[in-house]
Amino acid sequence: MQITVLVLILALLTVIGFQMGRTRAAASVGGRVVELHSVPSYHGFYVALWAGLPALFLFVLWTASEGWLIMQMVLASLPARLTSGDPQALNLLKADILNIAHGISTGRESDPDVVAAAQHYGTLRDIGDWSLLAVGSCLAVVGLAYGHRRIGPDLRARNRVERVVSVALIVCSLVAILTTVGIVLSLLFEALRFFAVVSPLEFLFGTHWSPQMAMRADQVGSSGSFGAIPLFAGTLLITVIAMVVAVPIGLMSAIYMSEYANPAVRTWLKPILEILAGIPTVVYGFFAALTMAPFVRVIGQDLGLDVSSESALSAGIVMGVMIIPFVSSLSDDVINAVPQSLRDGSYGLGATKSETIRQVVVPAALPGIVAAIMLAVSRAIGETMIVTMAAGLTANLTANPLEAVTTVTTQIATLLVGDQEFDSPKTLSAFGLGLVLFLVTLSLNMVALRVVQKYREKYD
Amino acid sequence: MNVQTHIPTSAQAGARSAPAVPNKMVARDVKVFYGAKQALKGINVDIQENKVLALIGPSGCGKSTFLRCLNRMNDTIENCRVEGLIALDGEDVYGKSIDAVQLRARVGMVFQKPNPFPKSIYDNIAYGPRIHGMATGREELDEVVQTSLQRAGLWNEVKDRLREPGTGLSGGQQQRLCIARAIAVSPEVILMDEPCSALDPIATAHIEELIDELRENFTIVIVTHNMQQAARVSQKTAFFHLGDMVECDDTEEIFTNPRDERTQGYITGRYG
Repeated sequence: MQITVLVLILALLTVIGFQMGRTRAAASVGGRVVELHSVPSYHGFYVALWAGLPALFLFVLWTASEGWLIMQMVLASLPARLTSGDPQALNLLKADILNIAHGISTGRESDPDVVAAAQHYGTLRDIGDWSLLAVGSCLAVVGLAYGHRRIGPDLRARNRVERVVSVALIVCSLVAILTTVGIVLSLLFEALRFFAVVSPLEFLFGTHWSPQMAMRADQVGSSGSFGAIPLFAGTLLITVIAMVVAVPIGLMSAIYMSEYANPAVRTWLKPILEILAGIPTVVYGFFAALTMAPFVRVIGQDLGLDVSSESALSAGIVMGVMIIPFVSSLSDDVINAVPQSLRDGSYGLGATKSETIRQVVVPAALPGIVAAIMLAVSRAIGETMIVTMAAGLTANLTANPLEAVTTVTTQIATLLVGDQEFDSPKTLSAFGLGLVLFLVTLSLNMVALRVVQKYREKYD
Repeated sequence: MNVQTHIPTSAQAGARSAPAVPNKMVARDVKVFYGAKQALKGINVDIQENKVLALIGPSGCGKSTFLRCLNRMNDTIENCRVEGLIALDGEDVYGKSIDAVQLRARVGMVFQKPNPFPKSIYDNIAYGPRIHGMATGREELDEVVQTSLQRAGLWNEVKDRLREPGTGLSGGQQQRLCIARAIAVSPEVILMDEPCSALDPIATAHIEELIDELRENFTIVIVTHNMQQAARVSQKTAFFHLGDMVECDDTEEIFTNPRDERTQGYITGRYG
């Protein structure tokens, strides 16, 4: 409530500040705007920033520290018999206080001291919010007045405002970077917890994957072994099948679209191909599991082969189809970027169209095509839905595409689906797998980007 | 098919010079349309063997379009239509008996911007001979590469780095590489579309010298914006204006005694 009011007040004050700043700037030179260092609207933004920013800082700072501060004050007022427990008990106590303060039932009879603490917590929070409203509004008014007073013909309002804007831009890009760092760190720490239980050597080079852990000592059949080689092999197998499907078809269609198709055909062919990229992977999953897998099975039986109903082949083929637009669209762009002068040079020597394409255009576009393929590979490795639905869950160490295999992503998905305890190696192994997957796709993308950069240097 | 006998004598070309030199190529009433827009309005030019013909004229006058008709490079441009007769050794190049690909092996082309392929210097030169199957063995190919580079005056500069990419050469060297690449196919005619416009004066002087030497073995048609260059390298000059060929004569005549006032206006720098 108080926070909503504060936000409204701040919004109002910035708008007022903008108007006041603009008016005062114009008035300070008697309406001859050319005599100002910056145009009036920059003066307006300058005052608006002074009105809004300090209060906004306070607000962010307060919201970040409020919970911790109040909780410390509440805990200090509690009797020692409640707060002297181990960290886990303390966390439980904090959760109880918060739940009662927010009116959520804890489901059991609460200690009167805890109920009192919760009431105390509520009071403190109310006081905090009211004072935030008061201090924030004051700060905004003071800021507005300060900014307004500084306005004059010589104020470099544009430079100040632009500096704030550039800081804001930096902050936005930092958000993306910090999020990535945060994801990597959380992955890393959970993975380290996993590697504390299972040795990295066993994980990376073991050939038996069976993540079920025995819950009771007398349970049978759940050994809990974490050799991830079958998963890597399954991922590799399916990726190879996908690339065998996607690279030739994608590349050929790119060559057709950029070199042979007339513009009319091209204008409807390219969007249709790109629709393939817009189909949700779950839908590809249906297609793989319900159409492609039985089809592969029937064909295999006709040929006298034993095909399992969930085969690496069907998942790989469908994944390849999914990746075709990646390869074709990126390659098409790269081939189009090959300068016409190279084609002319080749035609001018009496080369045919196909000679020109094979010996000049494709070699010139090769770095870009390689980069497109690399990106497609990392897409294939990271793909989850199709393989979960069509490739199976059995960790089979095989090179036979007709058998069921499982992939790293499928295992991560199954390990973390449903209610899980986050301290067993079974669940933690998902983070180990995730880390390996991340490192592989990261290095593939880095190589691809490097190749693309090299290519750009050559033709600009 | 031989149409030599049917080719009418040009009204403008060769009127004052005796036709002592045989015509390598002739153009009669050549009209070019890009869609509905007419780019050339009936061009008549004789291209004499072992001479350099310079095409001059203001931008957009159709010089390059005409040049690209001579080896059918315009075929690659959508909705471009060519009418009239262009003959090479008396044979209609747009006739059924001639394939555009084979024609371009006989009428080579060098472009405005140096366009070496992203291959090694050696492979750039060997590209044409390889696709045409002109060299049977490794040694023969080496020989073709060496003589082509020597004739383009590039051999001494690159003989130690034939395996390095052609794109690593300087602009002038790249253009000489492209000329060497064209020579390697042993064409009869070489078309040059402003070959020096992207080069510095020293590289330009190199190329001009080279053109003069190449005249011994090839017939050359060069498009240029630089009138001093036309005067320096060519024996015949044709002046184009707004899709018409205004005047075609010995270079000396054109530059000292132009018959048309538009030609005079252009070469004296009044417009263009």
